[in-house]
Amino acid sequence: MSAGGALGASLPVGGRRMADAVRRWPVSMQVAAGVLAVLVVVALLANVIAPLDDAAVDLDRVLEGPSAAHPMGTDEVGRDLLVRVLHGVRISLGIAALAALGAVAVGALVGVLAGTLGGRADAVVMRVTDVFASQNHLLFGILLLVLFRPALGGAGAVMLAIALTHWPTLARIVRGELMSLRERPFVAAAVGGGASRRRLARRHYVPHLLPAVGLAFVLTVAHAIFHESAYSFLGLGLPAHQASLGNILNDGQRSLLAGGWWIALFPGLAILAAAMTIGTIAEHWREHLHPRWRSELEL
Amino acid sequence: MLKLIARRLALLPLILLAVAAITFALTEISPFDPVDAYVGAESGVTPERKAEIAHARGFDQPLHERFGRWVANVAQGDLGTSVVAGGQPVAGEIAARMSASIALVGGALVLVLVGGLVFGVLAAALRGTFFDWLVRTLCYFNTAAPSFWVGLLALYVFSIELGWLPAGGTSDPRAVESGGIDLSHLILPMVVLAMTQYAWFTLFVRNTLLEVLREDHVQFARAQGIGEVAVLLRYALPNALIPFVTLVGTHLSELIGGTILVEAIFGWPGLGGLTLDAALGEDIPLLLGITLCASVLVVLGNLLADVLYRVMDPRVREAAT
Repeated sequence: MSAGGALGASLPVGGRRMADAVRRWPVSMQVAAGVLAVLVVVALLANVIAPLDDAAVDLDRVLEGPSAAHPMGTDEVGRDLLVRVLHGVRISLGIAALAALGAVAVGALVGVLAGTLGGRADAVVMRVTDVFASQNHLLFGILLLVLFRPALGGAGAVMLAIALTHWPTLARIVRGELMSLRERPFVAAAVGGGASRRRLARRHYVPHLLPAVGLAFVLTVAHAIFHESAYSFLGLGLPAHQASLGNILNDGQRSLLAGGWWIALFPGLAILAAAMTIGTIAEHWREHLHPRWRSELEL
Repeated sequence: MLKLIARRLALLPLILLAVAAITFALTEISPFDPVDAYVGAESGVTPERKAEIAHARGFDQPLHERFGRWVANVAQGDLGTSVVAGGQPVAGEIAARMSASIALVGGALVLVLVGGLVFGVLAAALRGTFFDWLVRTLCYFNTAAPSFWVGLLALYVFSIELGWLPAGGTSDPRAVESGGIDLSHLILPMVVLAMTQYAWFTLFVRNTLLEVLREDHVQFARAQGIGEVAVLLRYALPNALIPFVTLVGTHLSELIGGTILVEAIFGWPGLGGLTLDAALGEDIPLLLGITLCASVLVVLGNLLADVLYRVMDPRVREAAT
């Protein structure tokens, strides 16, 4: 429950107060936080709940619809789809979180560089950022995947492709916030009072930038889940045998003609659940923090 | 106005050069060996033969010379030769797929605009009712649902289960005149592609319309006794649509990116399908060519948006002169 936890951190500390705060959340937020908590627990404990056995092929039970024994049915070689989707959530959420972390790191670095250097250097950095930003995420990501998959492997290349296509938004947010912070009276007062650069950064810049960066990270995770599954679905992402949500959807496309709709339905529902809960939480978090960020953070 | 267009068009080569430099640099950093891609990983090619291929195709020359030559070639419309198309020119491959893509993206764009306008205006007019709630909820689901998943479900329901629409391709291979474009084959990919952009546009129309409805000139029109429908369509809607124009460029790029997934599902032979073929065949020249073409389209789309913005909003026009 990373997003809920981070939201809680900005509220008064203490278990009971936390519970009170949760009760004050809107119902949609409570539901979203609950569903996301389940997804994250599933992602963390997938190996304990239901160990994945790729060899658990059961050719007597090929392409069976949902039943009590197999709640999500079986795939084209008779493996239980529920187990595969659980592990798909684990793999896809993990890769998406790491990829979003990469995008945030690159974006924050570029934004801080541009914001602190200023002048011509700032202009050059931001024009390069514009060129990256004008590229279509999916198309440019595919180019990166093809170039770097031989060296980094499927998962590494997917993370790189997502990180290198999603950082420009972050860089713009960080740069913009930094520029506006520098003009604020309390920063001028701190400078006038003889505060060192380190103190300025620690007391004023970082605490103001952190919530915006954290929120952008959460929103980027939602995008990253979509991109990971899209790349794997196209056969360009993770190796075909790995049970990522995109790879299961790819199996689902093959099974459609044989009537196996459940293989296409359930992994997509998992992506939908993740995207909707993250979207809802980010929306409330955004309003809780700073209503004026609304337009800037439309990723 | 002409000055603006001329200035922006003059900037186009600069932007393309930047895109070319970035993609070229990435190709250089990557451990990707173009000779291996050309001969294929499995074939037993001797190192001597590899060196010959590298020399013949200029892979062994220094970095700046290759980049300079590549840029010079691109400027003359020569994007190199495609690996997956068996050595055919990249430019020709892209041109051959263009018409199918234009049909798909154009059709989807029309659907987005018409559908978004109709449902956005209705939702704003009926704000707070069940209909408004339904439209907003569907849009919310639509934003979160991956397009390729929606495409798979649509394929299953409408072509496999119900058999109403064909599952893929451009025409029935059994038909007498196969090879042309049969419109019934366009419907499913077009609708699925439109759905990727439909939600934000509908919500955009609804929300800006509700904002404009609060403004003074709308209140004045109401005070004059003009009917609510006329107020909505003639006084509020044109103003609500102005900011939309600036967003067209960005979302045109999204629409083009969306064709990669949609064409993969429905086997539509446009640029999206070509992109996937190039990626699966590790065909770097073709991928670079498509990336450059997409950049040109985005820049032109943004330029068109700026021009339209000035035509539609006199305030911007006067501020600029």
